[in-house]
Amino acid sequence: MTLVGAAEYSDGELSATASDDRVLVLDGIERTYTTGDVEVPALSDVHLTVRRGEYVSVVGPSGSGKSTLLNILGLLDRPTAGSYHFEGLEVADLDETDRTSVRGRRIGFVFQSFHLLSHRSVLENVTLSMLYTGAGPAERVERATAALESVGLAHRASFTPTRLSGGERQRVAVARAIVAEPALLLADEPTGNLDSHTSDAVLALFDELRTRGLTIVMITHDASIASRADRAVRIRDGRLTEVDAADMARAVAQIGQER
Amino acid sequence: MSWRDLATEAIAGLASRPARTLLTVLGTVLGIAALVATLGIAQTAGNRIVGNFSELEATSVEVTNDGGFWGSSSSRVAFPRDAEDRLRRLNGVSAVGAMGTVPIGEDLASAVKLDDPSGRNEFQIDVMAASPGLLEAVKGSLRTGRWFDAGHETRADDVVVLGPGAAAQLGVYRVDQQPVVFLGDRPFVVMGILEDVARQSNLLGAIIMPEATARKHYEYTSASTVQIDVQIGASELIGAQAPIALNPDNPDAYRVRTPPSPDALRNRVESDANALFLILGAVSLLVGAIGIANVTLVSVLERVGEIGLRRAVGARRRHIASQFLVESTAMGLVGGVMGATAGILIVVGLAAARDWTPVLSPLIPVGAPLLGALTGLVAGVYPSLRAASLEPVEALRSGT
Ligand SMILES: Nc1ncnc2c1ncn2[C@@H]1O[C@H](COP(=O)(O)OP(=O)(O)OP(=O)(O)O)[C@@H](O)[C@H]1O
Ligand SMILES: [Mg+2]
Repeated sequence: MTLVGAAEYSDGELSATASDDRVLVLDGIERTYTTGDVEVPALSDVHLTVRRGEYVSVVGPSGSGKSTLLNILGLLDRPTAGSYHFEGLEVADLDETDRTSVRGRRIGFVFQSFHLLSHRSVLENVTLSMLYTGAGPAERVERATAALESVGLAHRASFTPTRLSGGERQRVAVARAIVAEPALLLADEPTGNLDSHTSDAVLALFDELRTRGLTIVMITHDASIASRADRAVRIRDGRLTEVDAADMARAVAQIGQER
Repeated sequence: MSWRDLATEAIAGLASRPARTLLTVLGTVLGIAALVATLGIAQTAGNRIVGNFSELEATSVEVTNDGGFWGSSSSRVAFPRDAEDRLRRLNGVSAVGAMGTVPIGEDLASAVKLDDPSGRNEFQIDVMAASPGLLEAVKGSLRTGRWFDAGHETRADDVVVLGPGAAAQLGVYRVDQQPVVFLGDRPFVVMGILEDVARQSNLLGAIIMPEATARKHYEYTSASTVQIDVQIGASELIGAQAPIALNPDNPDAYRVRTPPSPDALRNRVESDANALFLILGAVSLLVGAIGIANVTLVSVLERVGEIGLRRAVGARRRHIASQFLVESTAMGLVGGVMGATAGILIVVGLAAARDWTPVLSPLIPVGAPLLGALTGLVAGVYPSLRAASLEPVEALRSGT
């Protein structure tokens, strides 16, 4: 790995110091999809700063660019233009291997469709996120067991996901996302496939993670879910705007109408 | 990522679809089994032929003076009278004997008259001359009596030994009364009757006398064949040395017949019987490889979501590629082991059915699984590269 030391980023504002609590800073991010001759601008001129321990929800109508933003935040995709500092490090122009390394060690994902391996046990599904980052087998099992405990599923460790309910599956996915102790937890509609009752259990889990100090960015359609976060940002036609606390209720109501 | 982790992931991938894995492996099993069985049967048969052959043939060197293909009796170069002594001195020679046909003209052979005036008692029987060492050189045995020795030769005694065929014709069964047989009017004392010879079977029907006796009474000038019994492994050497020892000035006058070398024989047997089966095995192996490639590719496409997830939790392209490569290699290895087992069972079964000793080079049980693994490895290259080239975002979007 050829990650440049954070100390080299000392150009004033963006320098990474011990006291800097900004997990990520997006500055003028653009992402344009090119299909044949057609150019689709999915994100344009996005500015966003997320601080350590913040719980941010991203709301917006379908096709507005929410998933695109999450992919860029998660280093799964690279922006066409702009700068992205993650933990003080410019990651927008990192090569594939280095992005993979940062992603594997520092970012956890929860997907709408769970993405569990159906033939592997719950425990193996959780240990999977430490498989490529150098932890030994014993340590992996120990940490995975602890993570399953914290989502209340230690007693299901040897089950395969096919025998779990939807809510339990998503909690396994959360355990997998947090087991490597990431700096950032990204969730794309984590309750999209769940009914309202099981959704509550999963959302309660996110609340608990936030109180433990985890930084969370969550995409959602649902107004009531967005209101659980400290802060909401809204995307419309690829443009991102802050929703201030006073406007929250109104914004939430508006999102409700948009759906 | 350690080798152990990689193996665990690959085996888990294969174990999640056991029926498919086994069916996929079948092509490789057939290919490897065909190759192993073909090679094993060839080696077993080759060993069998060489084994039969080596007892007698591999220790026989025969020198004749018939002058080769264009030879005529006028151009014959006589063997020296002390041929036996000259050759016995060579290292690797166990026994030497000279022999030749005695020209007895119109003479017929008869035994002492019995009380059978109506019975036919004169026969046309071949007469051969032989040196004292010949009995040993042809690995002959006597039914009764003795073979002549150096004394009979020097004295040119009028004695003969009968081949069993000649003895039966002449009605001679015992020699303790010193029976006499006549060639024309000339009497010879029968001193022994042969039981059998392993070489030069024309001796079995002949009347055999010492060479000196043949020279004394007939126009016998020289032996026509010198039979040498050599130690195992010495045939090539003796075959080269014998003509020189016999006639240093003109060794090319003689024709030497040595046994074909066992290696040449074995190779001949193995090569012509089996080219077809080897091709068959190679084709099955190719079909097996295509099967593995095909199924691995299908498995990559089915597991796009899994690939996306692994990329999201930090798997690099090469991690993905090596996982699928190890999966296909493991399938090939399993096919190789199963195929080698099946092939060896076929060889052992066939050999047992014919009471043969199964022979298999130790390279084969080791090499066959490796060949299977190599097949799987090669078959996995394209699917693995496809898997590794997937973009994480695309993979996560299309999979569940
Ligand atoms: N790979 C792609 N190629 C071309 N266009 C794309 C691609 N991915 C997304 N888009 C387009 O970019 C825009 C934003 O898509 P995105 O998936 O980010 O929306 P979203 O806000 O997540 O929507 P939803 O709420 O339905 O998931 C859409 O117009 C979409 O059609
Ligand atoms: Mg989306």
